[in-house]
Amino acid sequence: MRFIEEKIVKLFMIGATALVFVFVASILYTIIARGLPALNWDMITKLPSGGFYIGKEGGVLNAIVGSLYIVGASTVLGLLISIPVVFYINVYLPKDSKLAYIARLSFDILFGIPSIVYGAFAFTIMIYLGLRTSLGGGIIVITLLIIPIFIRSMDEVARQLPRELLDATYSLGATRLETMGVVVRQIAPGIVTATLLSIGRAIGDAAGVMFTAGFSDSIPTSFSQPAATLPLSVFFQLSSPSADVQDRAYASALILTIIVLILSVVGRFVTQKFSKNKI
Amino acid sequence: MEASSITKDTVKPTAKEAHLSVRNLNVHILKNHILKNIDIEIPDKSITCIIGPSGCGKSTLLKTFNRLLDKTENVTITGKVLVDNENLYEKDAEVTHIRKKMGLLSQRPCPLPMSIYDNIAFGCKIHGTRNKKKLDEIVEYQLRAVGLWKEVKDRLHVPANKLSIGQQQRLCLARGLAVEPAFILADEATSALDPISSKHIEELFVELKKDYAIVMVTHTLRQALRIADYVVFMYLGEVIEAGPAEQVFKNPRRELTKKYLEGAFS
Repeated sequence: MRFIEEKIVKLFMIGATALVFVFVASILYTIIARGLPALNWDMITKLPSGGFYIGKEGGVLNAIVGSLYIVGASTVLGLLISIPVVFYINVYLPKDSKLAYIARLSFDILFGIPSIVYGAFAFTIMIYLGLRTSLGGGIIVITLLIIPIFIRSMDEVARQLPRELLDATYSLGATRLETMGVVVRQIAPGIVTATLLSIGRAIGDAAGVMFTAGFSDSIPTSFSQPAATLPLSVFFQLSSPSADVQDRAYASALILTIIVLILSVVGRFVTQKFSKNKI
Repeated sequence: MEASSITKDTVKPTAKEAHLSVRNLNVHILKNHILKNIDIEIPDKSITCIIGPSGCGKSTLLKTFNRLLDKTENVTITGKVLVDNENLYEKDAEVTHIRKKMGLLSQRPCPLPMSIYDNIAFGCKIHGTRNKKKLDEIVEYQLRAVGLWKEVKDRLHVPANKLSIGQQQRLCLARGLAVEPAFILADEATSALDPISSKHIEELFVELKKDYAIVMVTHTLRQALRIADYVVFMYLGEVIEAGPAEQVFKNPRRELTKKYLEGAFS
């Protein structure tokens, strides 16, 4: 009987894993099948021409650069804000601290809020302040969006921080602030994972940037100019009635996927470098 | 090597006076009275072993010596721990410079997540030594002092946790010594080690007691018998008997000590 149970559960596990592969494969297939024929050098090196986003000519360089700007800036900002938070709730606050509990709870709530809500929230503030859609607005929203991801995934690693390691550092006469050098190294793999997750979320987000970064045919030259992003570019092209333009949406999606792929391969490589140094 | 002779003169820590006395120390965690009215003196330039059955408060006592209990929840500490006449538990006591005087060696070695070199240099750096040449000298000196130099000199920049457990423990000792402490606190520092590494650490202690006051908590009576100069016997949070090893082991004054030494309980 137990033998059969084992078999059934194992089959179920294999089935579930296979299902995930099917998802990934079918998504990739759709994007590649429709996008690859439309993908050409112009797509990634030229700005759109022949009208706004419905154009058949030119490329999506504006969206590629816009997305990279937003992702790059918000990842840096996100790290700068979340590392001190993680350090504070794990090193400064005692283990059973109410504040740490409340902080973790709020990050969980923030984690679950859909990005359109972040976008709408930021949009309201922008209207109140009389700001237009801009690169800066997009960066701020995406930063807000990924901070909970950063904090929660780094926190999971930081909570495993061995007490002995802190004790050992204190014994050398280090202040709590000086243990930061040790803590950051210890949780480095967690930081890399968190960064990868955040980048994935940041680059793929359309709803948050729709109202805040807006869209533009050109590459922004300052924080106050609107910026295009790849997900929105996909969205607008896909909304076009023309099949040619729709194909270009798949091509843009393909570009987006390739960027994510490159970033995660690089990220994994970096993680391995780090873990070689650790274990 | 010529370098080593230069090294010795420039970075050898000057021997310090070490005074540690514990006055009427009480530790409660929640409602539990963990340490009861502890009153002891730790003699300088010798090895003091704290012995006693599990759960008698040995490790807790050791931790009060450099205020590592502070982060424990619901702990109340009353009384005094005087380090060079400075009370560790004074309200505004500046803890870090007192901790610097205490080299800690924990039960399991706990190397910092960095290279062998940086493990030793880290402490020096936070205390203001930035000169690369000077750091090199300190690292070499301390690694020699714990007999690790020959084993690691070609891979100083390898992560410290690539070393064996025994080597890691010696590295941790060297790391502690590099910040020029006056005391070495060892919390069952050999219990996780193999017999050879463990012997190595014991020999190092015997060597180091010329310059430091060493306080070690140990589970193994044999170890205390081998290397202790002074012995503190604890039972259920109280110091039952404290004195020179010779006297405590050969002529215990208290019945309880005698029973423990005879192995009636452990």
